[in-house]
Amino acid sequence: MVTYILRRIAGMIPTLIVVSIISFIIIQLPPGDFFTTLQAETAQTGGGQDTETVKLMQERYGLDQPWTTQYFRWISGFPRGDFGWSLEWHSPVLPLVLERMGYTCLVGGLSLVFMVVVAVPIGIYSATHQYSIGDHVLSFLGFLGLSLPGFLLALLWMFLGIVVLHIPVGGVQAIKFSGQPMSVAKALDYLNHLWPPAVILGLASTAQLQRIMRGNLLDVLGQQYITTARAKGLPERKVINKYGVRVAINPLISVMAMEVPKIISESTIVGIVMSIPTTGPLLLRSLLSQDMYLAGGFLLFMSLLLMFANLLADIALAWADPRIRYT
Amino acid sequence: MIDYEAQSRKLFELYEQHTGTAKDFANAEADDESLMATFAASQWQLMWRKFVRNKVAIIGGVIILLYYLTALFAGFVAPYTLSTRFVKYIYMPPQRVHLFHDGKFQPYVYDVELEVDENLRKIYTPNPDVIIPIRFFARGEPYKLFGLIETDVHLFLTPEGIVSLLGTDRQGRDMFSRVLYGSQVSLTIGLLGVLMSLTFGSVLGIASGYYGGWIDELIQRLIELVRSFPAIPLWMALSAAVPPHWPPLRTYFVVTLILSVIGWTWLARQLRGKVLAMRNEEFILAAKLSGASDARIIFRHLVPATFSHIIVVSTLAMPAMILAETALSFLGLGLRPPITSWGVLLKEVQNLQSIALYPWVFTPALAIAIAILAFNFLGDGLRDAADPYTV
Repeated sequence: MVTYILRRIAGMIPTLIVVSIISFIIIQLPPGDFFTTLQAETAQTGGGQDTETVKLMQERYGLDQPWTTQYFRWISGFPRGDFGWSLEWHSPVLPLVLERMGYTCLVGGLSLVFMVVVAVPIGIYSATHQYSIGDHVLSFLGFLGLSLPGFLLALLWMFLGIVVLHIPVGGVQAIKFSGQPMSVAKALDYLNHLWPPAVILGLASTAQLQRIMRGNLLDVLGQQYITTARAKGLPERKVINKYGVRVAINPLISVMAMEVPKIISESTIVGIVMSIPTTGPLLLRSLLSQDMYLAGGFLLFMSLLLMFANLLADIALAWADPRIRYT
Repeated sequence: MIDYEAQSRKLFELYEQHTGTAKDFANAEADDESLMATFAASQWQLMWRKFVRNKVAIIGGVIILLYYLTALFAGFVAPYTLSTRFVKYIYMPPQRVHLFHDGKFQPYVYDVELEVDENLRKIYTPNPDVIIPIRFFARGEPYKLFGLIETDVHLFLTPEGIVSLLGTDRQGRDMFSRVLYGSQVSLTIGLLGVLMSLTFGSVLGIASGYYGGWIDELIQRLIELVRSFPAIPLWMALSAAVPPHWPPLRTYFVVTLILSVIGWTWLARQLRGKVLAMRNEEFILAAKLSGASDARIIFRHLVPATFSHIIVVSTLAMPAMILAETALSFLGLGLRPPITSWGVLLKEVQNLQSIALYPWVFTPALAIAIAILAFNFLGDGLRDAADPYTV
C-alpha cells in the first residue's frame, strides 16, 4: 500500500512540472504587466521604499530576462516555499494562497458532507419506494439540481435572499463578530454563513450521487442473496441496511471523487458571487490587476489540490474495495 | 387410436378462445403490417418514436427551438434595438399587458406616470385613463434582419408610447429587447463552442479508441494534463489574457475557443469509450477483412455508428458552454460591451442593491435558467432515445 501511494505521488511530479510551465505561460500571456505599471508609478512618486522593492524583485525574479529564465527563477524558489511575490499585496504569494485555499477546502468539505448526508438516504428511499410519488418527486428535484450549476444557483439564492426573504446574504460572518476572538457564537455565525455556499456547491453532485445510489441499490436488491435473506425471515430493515446498502454504497467513493474537481472549480465562482473568501475572489482580482505571481500561484495550488483529491480518492477506493490491487 | 394431434389442437383453440389471444382473422393483415413496420423501421425511426413518447424532452426541444427562432429574428421580435434609450423611463418596472379592450381583442398597456418620492426613488404608476394600444407589424426603428436585410417592421410596437414587457434598465433601455439580442450571442457561442470541442474531441477520441497503442497513450496523457487544471480558474486565467482593445468579433471567437479548450476532453473520453467497445465488433472486423482502409472504416462505419451518441453528448454539453460564457462575462473576463450576451447583461446589474430595488433587471438569469433546463430535458430525452432497444 505504501509503495502504491509513493508511486502515485512520484507519478504526479512530471504532471506538476508541465502544469507549472503552462501556468507560467498563461500568466505571461496578457500584454503589459503589473511590474511595468509599478515601475512607472515609483518613478513618478520619486521612489523611496518602493524603489528598493522594485529593484530586488527585478533581480530576484529576473524580470528583465527572457521568459525561460524567469520561469526557472520562479520555480527555483519552490523548494524553499517561495512561490513569488504579490505586487499588489506587497507580500509573498504562499500565505495569501494558503489562507484562501483553507476556505475553499472548508466550503468544499462541508459540501461533501452535505452530499453524503443527503444523497445516500434519498437514494435508499428512492430505491426502496421505486416508482412511488416520492421517488418521482425526488428524482425530478435531483434532475433540477443536476441541471442548475453552482453559478446560477448562487445568483438565484442571492436574488431570493435579497428580494423575497430580505435576509443578509453573502460574506462569511456578521460585522459584529469581526475582530473578536473565536467563540461558540462566532463559530455558529460562521456556519450560518457557510452552509448556503456549501449546499449550492454540493447540490449538483448530490443529485448525481443520489441517482447512482438509487441505481446501485436497485441492482443489489435484485440479487439472489437478498431474496435468501428475506426468505430466512430477516426483518426488512436489516435486509436493506446490512445486505443492500453496504454493498451499494461502495462505488459511491469513486463517484464522489469524480465530483471533487467540479467542486473545487465551481467554488471559485460561487465564492465570487457570494463573496466568500475562497480562492475565487482573490484569483479574479489578481487576474484583473495582472498580479501574475499570485495568479500563477493560485493556478498551481488549485491543480495540486485537484491532483491530491484524485490521489485520496484512489487510495480510498483501493482501501474500501479489496478487489482492487495496488501494484 | 387416439388422435393426440387433433386433441392438442382442440386444446389450444379452446385456450385461445378462453384467453382472447385467438387471432382475429379480419384484422390480421393490419396487425402484421404494423408489426412489420416496427421490424423494418430504421434505427433513426425507432429513436424518433421513442423520443416522441418522452413529453418532457419534447417540451425542452420546443423551448430550445423557440429560443433559437427568436434569437434568429431578434431584431423583428424586439420592439426596440439594443441601444434605444428612454431617458424618461429609467428603471421602469414591467408593464402589464391587457388583452381585451371593449370586448374586442386589442392588446394594450396603460401609460405610466413618474413620481419621485422623498428618497429620490422613482415610482412609476400606471394611469388607467390613458391606454396605449399595441400595434402588430408596425414600423419602428430600422434594423438588419440576419445582419443583411434592412427593414423597420417589428412584431409589435406602441407608436403612441412605450411598451416594456420586462422593464427598463438604469439607462432606460428595454430589457426585453436586450435579453433577445443577448440570446443571439449566448446561444450561438454555445453552439460554436460545442462544435469546436466536437471537432477536436471526435477526431482525437475516435483516433484514440481506434488506433490504440502509443497514439491512445499520447492523447490520454494530453487529456489528463488538461484535466489536472480546475476548469473555471483555467478559463478565467485564459480569458484574462484576451486584450480589451480587440475588435468584438475576434474577442467572441477567442472566448469560444477558450471554452472549447476544456470541453473537448470530455467528448473525447466519451467517444473513445464508445469506439473501444465497437472496435472488436463483427462489422468492423468484416470491413477490415474485406480490405477497407482505416479512413473508410472510420468515416463509413464508426462515425455513423457513434453519431447518435455524438448528438446526445453535444446536446448535454451545450448548457455548460452557455453557462461558462455567462459566468466569464459576468466576471468581466469574457465578452465586453458592445457585445451583448446574457452574461454581459448580468454584469450590468452591478450590485445587489439594484436587484433589491429593481428585481426585473435580473431577468437574464431567468432566461439562462430556462434555457439550461430545456437543454438538459432535451439531452436526457435524446440519451434515452439513442438506445431504442432498451425499454
